[in-house]
Amino acid sequence: MSTADKQVKIAVRNLYKIFGDDPASILPMLSDGIDKADIQRRTGHVIGLNNINVDISAGLITVIMGLSGSGKSTLIRHLNRLIEPTAGEIEMDGDDIMAYDSGRLRALRQTRMSMVFQKFALLPHRTVLQNTMLAPEIRGENGSASTEEAVKWIHRVGLEGCEDSFPHQLSGGMQQRVGLARALTSNAEVMLMDEAFSALDPLIRTSMQDLLLELQQDLHKTIVFITHDLDEALKLADHLVILKDGFIVQQGEPQHILLNPSDPYIEEFVSDINRARVLKVRSIMDGNRRAKANHGEVDSGMSLESLIAHAEGDIDRSFAVHDDGARVGTITMKAVFKALVRYDLAGTGRTNNGAG
Amino acid sequence: MAAYAGIFDLFGLREWCDAGKTKSLMSLRQLKGEDPAWWEIPFPSLDNLHKACGSIPQTRDFTAWLENGFLAIRPSLRVVLDPLTQPLSWALDGALTLFTTLPWWCLVPIILVGTMLSSKSSRITAFVAACFAFFLFTDHYGYAVQTLSIIFVCTVLCAILGVPTGILMSKNDTAQRVITPVLDMLQTLPTFVYLIPLIFLFKITEPKLYGLAIILYSIVPVIRLTNLGIRLVDRDVIEAANAYGMTARQKLVQVEIPLALPNIMAGINQTIMMSLAMVVIASLVSAPGLGTLVLDGINNLRLGVGFVAGFGIVLLAIILDRVSKAALARVDESRKI
Ligand SMILES: Nc1ncnc2c1ncn2[C@@H]1O[C@H](COP(=O)(O)OP(=O)(O)OP(=O)(O)O)[C@@H](O)[C@H]1O
Ligand SMILES: [Mg+2]
Repeated sequence: MSTADKQVKIAVRNLYKIFGDDPASILPMLSDGIDKADIQRRTGHVIGLNNINVDISAGLITVIMGLSGSGKSTLIRHLNRLIEPTAGEIEMDGDDIMAYDSGRLRALRQTRMSMVFQKFALLPHRTVLQNTMLAPEIRGENGSASTEEAVKWIHRVGLEGCEDSFPHQLSGGMQQRVGLARALTSNAEVMLMDEAFSALDPLIRTSMQDLLLELQQDLHKTIVFITHDLDEALKLADHLVILKDGFIVQQGEPQHILLNPSDPYIEEFVSDINRARVLKVRSIMDGNRRAKANHGEVDSGMSLESLIAHAEGDIDRSFAVHDDGARVGTITMKAVFKALVRYDLAGTGRTNNGAG
Repeated sequence: MAAYAGIFDLFGLREWCDAGKTKSLMSLRQLKGEDPAWWEIPFPSLDNLHKACGSIPQTRDFTAWLENGFLAIRPSLRVVLDPLTQPLSWALDGALTLFTTLPWWCLVPIILVGTMLSSKSSRITAFVAACFAFFLFTDHYGYAVQTLSIIFVCTVLCAILGVPTGILMSKNDTAQRVITPVLDMLQTLPTFVYLIPLIFLFKITEPKLYGLAIILYSIVPVIRLTNLGIRLVDRDVIEAANAYGMTARQKLVQVEIPLALPNIMAGINQTIMMSLAMVVIASLVSAPGLGTLVLDGINNLRLGVGFVAGFGIVLLAIILDRVSKAALARVDESRKI
């Protein structure tokens, strides 16, 4: 499942954002490689984004991850131009968004992009139904068709019977379901989600993630999802972008990043993860379709944890890997156990062996 | 010799000073020919300089000049102000006639139903009913209704003028910078000082005289709190409105005003209370109502009359405060986050 052959929905090119009085004067400094803290100390300007290039593929979930202050919210707000860039281009379906006047920009926000917010941002004086109908109402579609559409999505996110409640009568998780229903009712192809689940407690958060994945199986929206939580990122992402101090440290297929971190910053990020649960057979199998496999077939999407259980912990077993019924490779339990060891410890293990 | 005479002599201005001078009265000391000791030297105020040099005006000339100036521009000011303020007179006259000619058995139930609808509280409604029973029994009903109708007209006008002004201030920092000092001045001027230019401008029999005084005094909180309320609207909600492509107008009508409504209502509550305070003082300039009884009590030392009317004003204040606060609380309830 490479993202290269997917159709690009939104292309971000050489995007820079600098906060301060004279942003343009700072641009040359960036190419000299002076870092964020330095520029802030010397000029009082804050680097929001530094040379961002991302292709957001149609129908997939692109997750943008980074620590607090790394520029995630700034980046996602450029996609619908809630924030204007200092320099750079953004294209949607090949159309230059930066060239839009305010009328076309409004039309874009009304019909082609929806957004879900960390703090829900519902209208407190409106009922769930009225909140959900926000997008069609703004477009001037007040007919019963929009009401039906809104009710449909309210049911779909699991809020039957809450249509006439007010937001303050609902729990945080339910409020965010309203936020989700509101975004879905707008019927936009692109859905922007800024830390949409960060304000929820862990169990509800997991169920919201499951809901999103389940919806995505039917809807195939282009979703840009922001999080500072690696587990969430790995669970949702088709494409993962890791930000630090406003620039992209690494981006790509999440399993690939996990196995090949390009930077100490990312190593640190991935070091605490439960690799057995996150890594899939597909990511560490051997592409050889003819190699001997002595213990039958497994699915390429299986997690290593399930595979270990399947193999009853026996290190000598090997399996043929299948995807949609066709053989795609081979996996040995030895490779599985090796992959479970953290990237930075793998080397030490080997030297110890050599010494012993 | 006057204290500063030497200075004018020094610059050779004596002739200019004494032009058209009539011999002024001399103090006892001057008659005796004594000069004042140096430590008694007075501040060179207008009056003292005038003593040394007759061509410099006295303070009393200055105030007279102000007065004449004011009188001179008055006709042209009235040409502009009269048509602008005439509707205020009509509104006040109309409301006074309407409410005082409606029979009590008609108006009191209307007021009670209005109270019930806006406060949704039978306790407050019962209290209002008791107060009106008191007014009717003590024959203060007519005065109370006059006071109420003035407050009603002035509050409605304050809301009509104040809310848009507050919105303008919240949208435009320049407007805020210009209007804020004006509001500060309106709020700090002692209430009597207001009346002075108004008395000059309008005839004391015109209702708009006290109407303007009340509106100027009590419009301040509704403007301030509308401005504040709109500026305080949750930034996340505004961002959501923008992200879904609302126009500025949709944002104002569907998001900002509804979310600022608790603050706007709090402003209107204060406006009502302040117009009640002013309508009592405005009885000095012929505003009818309970205030005239208080004034009568003061002028003619009739303690009982003043006391009962004062008590009536307190009752009105409690009624207005409770009803508007109850309405505010209901709005607050539906707007919790
Ligand atoms: N309006 C602004 N003016 C000045 N600096 C800003 C502004 N908005 C953001 N920044 C700065 O830009 C950087 C990126 O901010 P951003 O909000 O995008 O971070 P984030 O990754 O979303 O963080 P968080 O996880 O806390 O939401 C931060 O250093 C922040 O201080
Ligand atoms: Mg953020």
